[in-house]
Parts: sequence; C-alpha cells; structure tokens
Amino acid sequence: MRTIAIMNRVLKELFRDKRTLALMFLAPILVMLLMSVIFNTNSTTDVNVGTVAVTQKLNKEMGSIKHVNVKTYDTKSAAKKALSDEKIDAIIKKNGNNYSLTYANTDSTKTAAVKLAFKSGLTATSISQLKAALKKSTTGMVKLQAQLQAMQKQQAAANATTNSSAAAVAAKQAAATKSTSTNNSTKSTSQTTPKITNHYVYGDKDTGYFAKMLPILMGFFVFFFVFLISGMALLKERTTGTLDRLLATPVKRSSIVFGYMLSYGILAVIQTIVIVLVTVWLLGIEVVGNMASVVVINLLLALVALAFGILLSTFANSEFQMMQFIPLVVIPQIFFSGIIPLDSMADWVKDISYIIPLKYSGDAVSDIIMRGTSIFNEGGNILVLLTFLIVLTFLNVVGLKRYRKV
Amino acid sequence: MTNAIIELNHLAKKFGDETVLKDINMTLKKGEIIGLIGPSGAGKSTVIKVTLGMEVASGGSAKVFDTVMPNRQLLGRIGYMAQTDALYDSLSGRENLKFYGLMKGIAKQDMAKEVDHAAKVVDLTDDLDKRVSGYSGGMMRRLSLAIALLGNPELLILDEPTVGIDPALRRQIWKELGSIRDEGRSILITTHVMDEAELCDRVALLLGGKVMAFDKPASLEAQYQVDTVEDVFLKAEGVE
Repeated sequence: MRTIAIMNRVLKELFRDKRTLALMFLAPILVMLLMSVIFNTNSTTDVNVGTVAVTQKLNKEMGSIKHVNVKTYDTKSAAKKALSDEKIDAIIKKNGNNYSLTYANTDSTKTAAVKLAFKSGLTATSISQLKAALKKSTTGMVKLQAQLQAMQKQQAAANATTNSSAAAVAAKQAAATKSTSTNNSTKSTSQTTPKITNHYVYGDKDTGYFAKMLPILMGFFVFFFVFLISGMALLKERTTGTLDRLLATPVKRSSIVFGYMLSYGILAVIQTIVIVLVTVWLLGIEVVGNMASVVVINLLLALVALAFGILLSTFANSEFQMMQFIPLVVIPQIFFSGIIPLDSMADWVKDISYIIPLKYSGDAVSDIIMRGTSIFNEGGNILVLLTFLIVLTFLNVVGLKRYRKV
Repeated sequence: MTNAIIELNHLAKKFGDETVLKDINMTLKKGEIIGLIGPSGAGKSTVIKVTLGMEVASGGSAKVFDTVMPNRQLLGRIGYMAQTDALYDSLSGRENLKFYGLMKGIAKQDMAKEVDHAAKVVDLTDDLDKRVSGYSGGMMRRLSLAIALLGNPELLILDEPTVGIDPALRRQIWKELGSIRDEGRSILITTHVMDEAELCDRVALLLGGKVMAFDKPASLEAQYQVDTVEDVFLKAEGVE
C-alpha cells in the first residue's frame, strides 16, 4: 500500500521532470543512431585487395567493382607485408584451384566488402568461363551437326559407291569434338566451386562491430541512466530532508526501497522497449531471439542498477559527488562487459569481469539477440543478476537504518 | 506518570567520541506545549531525533506514549515537522499532503477531509493545486506544518515551525497550536523566537547537552530574576 504510494509519487516526479525523461529516452536513441552511422558508413570507403597468383580475369572483375582496388603481388610474403603495413585490407591467394583469403578484419565492414567483391568477382569469372565453355560446346555442336549433315550428304551422294572410309573419318572427328566439349564443361563446373578458406588477422567471421556492441550497449544505457537518476533521486530525498520526514512516518524501510524499485522498474521497461524498437526499426538490427526476453533481462539489469545507485548515493553528499561515481563505477563496466573480447585479457583482469553486472546481462542479451537463445537457457546469467539484486536490495534496506533505527 | 506523552530519562547521546546530550530529563504531559530553547548546537535537534527514534539513545531512555523508542508503529501518532521543509518540489501542495497522509496511514476515505482541514489551518487552501516549486518560502513552511498536522496526531513535534512566516500568520498558527493543546493533544516545539517561548506552558532550556532549567516561563523569569524568557536565556548562557 505504502509501497504503491511511493511508486506513484516517484513516477509523478519523474514524468514531470521532462528534461530528465528526455535524457533517458532520447539520449540512448541519439547515441545509438550516431554510432550506427559512424560504424556503418564505412561501406562506402574504398577497400584495397592484394591478390597473389590470381587469374587476370578475376583481378579485372573485382577491380571493376565500385570502391574496390586490386593490387597484384608476386609472392605471398610481399602481400603479407602490405597487409601489416595497412596498405591493403585483405589478401586473396590462389592455391591451385582453391582460394585462401586473409583479412585484416580491423574493420568488419571492409572485411564484408572484400568478401562481397571476391564472391561477385568469382561468380562473374566463372559465369564468363561457363559462357565461353558453353559457346565452345555450342559451336562444337553446330560443327558436329554440320559435319553430320555433310556426312549424310556424302553418304547420300556416295550411296552407291559406299565410301566407308570417309564416314569413319567423320565419325572420328565428331567423337573428338564431343570429347573436347565435355572436357570443357567438366572443367568449368569444377571451377565454379573452388574451396575458399578465410583467415582473419583480428577477430573472426562473427565480428560485426556495431552488431556485437549493440546488445551490451543497450544494457549499458539502461544501467547508466537508471543508476544515475535513481541515485540522484535518493540523494535529493536525503539532502532536502524528505527522506527523514518519510522515515518519521510508520513507513517500512523496505517499502521505500521497493517503491523505488517498482517505479524505476516501470521506467526501465519503457526505456528498454524504446531502445529495442529503435535498434530494430530504425537501425535495422536483426533480433534473432525473443524481444520480450531482451526486455526481461534489461529490466533485471535496471533493478540492479537502481539498487546500486541507491546504495552508492548514501556515500555521496552532493549531486557532484554522485557524478564522481561515473568514472569509478559505470565506465569500468564497459571494459569488462564484453564489448572488448575478454578472452584476450590476462586472467586476473578476466576475473574482475565476474563482479560486473553488465557482463551477465550483456552475455544473456547477446545470446538472445544474435543467436536466438531462449531465455530459459540463460539461467546462469539471470541467477547471477538476481543474486546481485537481492544482495544490493538487502544492503539498501539495512542501509536506511542509518537514518532511522527501526 | 500515566499521562506522560514524552518521557526522557537521563537521556545521553554520543556520536562517535562527541557527546551531544549528557543528561536530559524532561516530561511532556497530555495537553501541554513544551518549548525547547537553547543556542545553536545545544542538541535540540538531537533530542527530537532520539524522541522520534531516528537515533538510539546511548544512555538513559526515551519513552513516547509509554513505549521505549525507537518504535515504528508509534510514528503514526506523531506529527513531525523538520527544520528543512522536506517537500517534493515537482508535486503540488495537495499531492504532497496526500502522499505524506498515505505514509502516515490515513485512510483513503478520510484523506480529502484531512487535507482540506490541514490546508485551512495554515491558510493554503487557495494555493493547494499549485506546484511547490512555485511557492514562496513562507508558503513552503506552512505546507510543511500542514503535513505535520495531518491526521490529528496526539503528539506534535515541531522543529522551528515559524521561521520565515510573517507575524500575522504566526499568530494564527499559535492560536491553532493553542486549540490543539486544548483538545488534549501535546506539542514539543523548538524555537529561536523568545516571545514564542512565552506562549509555551513550560520551557526547557538546553545548554551544553543538559537541561539547565525546565519550568513555566513565569517561574523561570522569577528564578533568574529577569523579565523575559530571552533574558533567562542570556543569563543562563552567561552572556551579560
């Protein structure tokens, strides 16, 4: 009852603070739009492809594609040097019938562009080869038919005399043309499916920078704003004396904490829905899994952020001191959240990530968005988030004892 | 004493090494206004905090309604007004009153009546639907007082209620406090305004963590052989 009253009041206050509300909803949209623009406009940048022992035809085909420059190298080592000197973005090497592609992959859009260029170049080449082969075999067929006709004519002409030797020669010739044409066609089909192996200097084929960042980024916005705004709100309650006054009524300490949780939980749900919709409709990011699951995980993260914000606000004496927690508490979360691959870090650094709530929500949301994992298979991550939530909430309820002893 | 509303018995309070209250003995009876006076830092607010159960006594005991504080349920029977206004700026006066009313546990059906009554006492009826952020300092103070009056509590604890309130309204408020007392309810009030102290039934003079004097204003004046409570205050403090 009192919890609901506190929730209503907090919501009323929040919805009257238009600027803060705008910050919560518009800032993430703005930042994500900016990021998607910045990280995705690279598709128009030029990519430089180095080729080693690739047919002239393929070089020409790829070179004719917009924004693709082809440089030919004689040896693989020369190409590799150019790759490490950042002169080229990828190497295409032909080994017999197969291709080996090496990408710098520092920029996933360039990698994608090279892949596309190679594919279309290869297709174009094989199509023209196929065409040529087809042409050859058609001319062969025409020749054969002509020969056959000639043969029939000859047969007809030499009906009485029966020039069997001429017929034998013609048949031999026809068989020979036939065999060359089949040879040609088998050759061309074998060339359309060469084995292609991809190598990445950095990352792997799943590296799509924005796509990888997005699920974590989403959680980060939820965490950041809920942490900051709820922390500030409770700080304000404390400094204006409303908290003291609130505690001078028979209200339970837990009611205050739960009231805040409910109101900010509602806000976080709206915020997450807005962010998810923006990413899906505006930025065109594909969500493989269930969107409701994404909202649920982010709601959980928001509640952790809320409890965290409330807890830390008790250590701050002013709004400015609350802001000081951003570089200390919020920014480090990004580093350990998984935006930067954790496997490449030292073990002791990796261990830090276990106490970062954003890591767990990031893992879970990434799985749901990119791999379509069911929320029921994210039990581990959810359990950790819940543990965070319960411990922090408990600390908050106990922590309010500072202001009232019962 | 059966009719003691507040009973402070050898109350002591330490914050770390700092002793704020040494030995406070004070009783507030039913239907009585007690004024708590003393210089800044004498521990007036601490007395109130311990009485409300915000802080726990380091020694002695604080009893309200014959129950040792802290006790959460009892808070519903106490109307408290802090030194700071403690209002929600973005809410209207009425919303503030309603919210605190709900926190105090006033039933929904009585709420409108209670809110109107409290607003009438502090003369805020016309401004009740304005946002508090548009209020003047005096209006905020009045709203804060109205919140304390909600639900007709048996005990009012007011920390400097008349700061920033103009004389006419102050007189009106004291009139209201008088009628509250006449209804048999009790008031503990801290003040810096000495002529207000004259209006109290009894005055407790707090100095250096102790109650230096606790009596009727007239008796105090006689005891210190001065004409006003202000002089009592000055004499007790050693300023002359």
